[in-house]
Amino acid sequence: MSLTDTPRIITSRFDFDDSYTLERYEATGGYQALRKALGTTPAAISDEVKAASLLGRGGAGFPAGVKWGLTPADVWPRYLVVNGDESEPGTYKDRLLMERDPHQLIEGVLLACYAVGCGQAFLYVRGEMALAQERIAAALNDAYAAGYIGRNILGSDFSVDVVLTWGAGAYIVGEETALIESLEGNRGMPRLKPPYFPAAKGLYMQPTIVNNVETLSNLPWIIVNGAEAFTALGAETSRGTRMFAVSGHVKTPGVFEVEYGVTTFRDLIYSPSCAGGILGDRSLKAFIPGGASAPWFFEEHLDLPLEKVTVDRAGSMLGSGAVVVMDETTDAVKACLRVVRFFARESCGKCTPCREGTTWLEQILQRILDGYGRPTDLDLLLDVSDNISPGIAWPPKQTTICPLGPSAVSPIASALTRFRPEFQARIAQAEQARLSVPVAFPKAATHA
Amino acid sequence: MPRLSNDNLTLAAEIISRYPRPKSALIPLLHLAQEQDGHLTDEAMTHIAELVGVTPVEVLGTASFYEMFKMEPVGRYVVNICTNISCQLRGGEELLEHAEHTLGIRPGQTTSDGLFTIEDVECIAACTEAPCLQVNYRYFHQIDHAGFDRLVDDLRSGRRSDIPAHGTLAQVRQHIPADRRAGSVLPEDDAMPVWIVAAGEGDA
Repeated sequence: MSLTDTPRIITSRFDFDDSYTLERYEATGGYQALRKALGTTPAAISDEVKAASLLGRGGAGFPAGVKWGLTPADVWPRYLVVNGDESEPGTYKDRLLMERDPHQLIEGVLLACYAVGCGQAFLYVRGEMALAQERIAAALNDAYAAGYIGRNILGSDFSVDVVLTWGAGAYIVGEETALIESLEGNRGMPRLKPPYFPAAKGLYMQPTIVNNVETLSNLPWIIVNGAEAFTALGAETSRGTRMFAVSGHVKTPGVFEVEYGVTTFRDLIYSPSCAGGILGDRSLKAFIPGGASAPWFFEEHLDLPLEKVTVDRAGSMLGSGAVVVMDETTDAVKACLRVVRFFARESCGKCTPCREGTTWLEQILQRILDGYGRPTDLDLLLDVSDNISPGIAWPPKQTTICPLGPSAVSPIASALTRFRPEFQARIAQAEQARLSVPVAFPKAATHA
Repeated sequence: MPRLSNDNLTLAAEIISRYPRPKSALIPLLHLAQEQDGHLTDEAMTHIAELVGVTPVEVLGTASFYEMFKMEPVGRYVVNICTNISCQLRGGEELLEHAEHTLGIRPGQTTSDGLFTIEDVECIAACTEAPCLQVNYRYFHQIDHAGFDRLVDDLRSGRRSDIPAHGTLAQVRQHIPADRRAGSVLPEDDAMPVWIVAAGEGDA
């Protein structure tokens, strides 16, 4: 299926100016999936989602249907938490879905609650997204008034409240257990898994499903059109479509809903219907395939498909669907530092290897960039990295409760493996500068 | 007014009622207090502690974790400029430098007329529109230096009435009509949901 033929599963209303209104939603098939679901059993809905092989679109790529099935039998109540805390550098899609098609998301939330038996849902929107909060508040108000949410939905015995709630500025809160902590009114520090898998012990220690905005937004289409229609698209381990943001040194940066699993990185970066190639037709230096946590890819990876297993095996991840392109003019040291600095700033502070380690990684890189690098610094960077992520392997091991610490290691491993000469050059320059300082005071031969 | 106003108290009660546990309303109430005063005051945090049943230091403990909560007064307009990787590649750091020179302040500082605070922020999820910034959490995409100057000028002269003062986020609030409420589900409410029972799915 060519790039331009892809059905727009989740961005179908984006071209309408009033895409976020209930009127437009109802006029374009909105809430049909909900009606269909109410006419069938919750288990039937769960089965359909499982059959669709809908992977989570937040970053981890865990199958949604499987996650739903992890809730322990006969343990009630259950909660649903929507992860709208999009903060991974390079990622720009959930904000678009929340601003432009909030009803699609709401319908997805309702379908999930119906299927899993969640009695209350919390729609957690990133604090810095004022317009998204506004659009969702308005959409919730309209949907309640129309009878789609609340007590006895559309006259059925399905009842659920969907509560809009806010973040307040913390990347780590995008991690599902940290999000739950935040929702409980605490500092957003992750919990150890096991035992605190949210499906088992989540919000208020009850079984909780945490799903990403884009994941839930796929549900209405899947229920209306069927799992088979969804699995007809994509590749075996990556079904359907997915939104990818292509940013950095490209001619037409943008967010593109493309067929998952078969579209390639080359399609995304170079196709005229996507990012249109590199600025000034310069050459590619490196690209980040899946958000700041992902190891970098290079020219030889361009023809890989956007397919989960292939990309994992090639040493990186599709993550949050954020492709960041760096051309030949990019300073690898500077780019590496900026990504590491992000993780150092956003570390929640709970685990020593991350809190101390990311801080040191940033400081060492900063002094290399500033011209004070030492010959031992590159080994030191790798040593600190090894303390956070043993073996600096892929997939990463972690000495920490959550993967933020090991994520900081990704750009270092990539940049040092491929662009070591750039680091060495700066360190050599620093050495030269130190050696060439003229002696201001002659050494005294003797001193009385 | 350091403690929550009467109007905000009413709103606070409504917000608290939407959560199974009052402490879950803590961050929403902090936003409400910041909207009232422009930043977070000790008195507001003490008041919130009373409302949700925790100690004032617990409120501070939570508030201090999150970037958006300002413990000191800030400018009317908080200008967040992203310098993370996608924006760095398209001139975000240069834009920040330009902002510093133009306004005569460093990130974290406020202009002496109390109008502008600038912050050097992490990814704000507008990566394909780099370089970009937010003014009081409203987005401005593909901002070049001239665009920044025009924006500052418009804000100074009051030509932009669409951006409320710092603290106000969404200008539409969720309200759940009493007759439509399903009701908060407390963790102690361990009965199987009605519609699950009806579907005969005991072991769902």
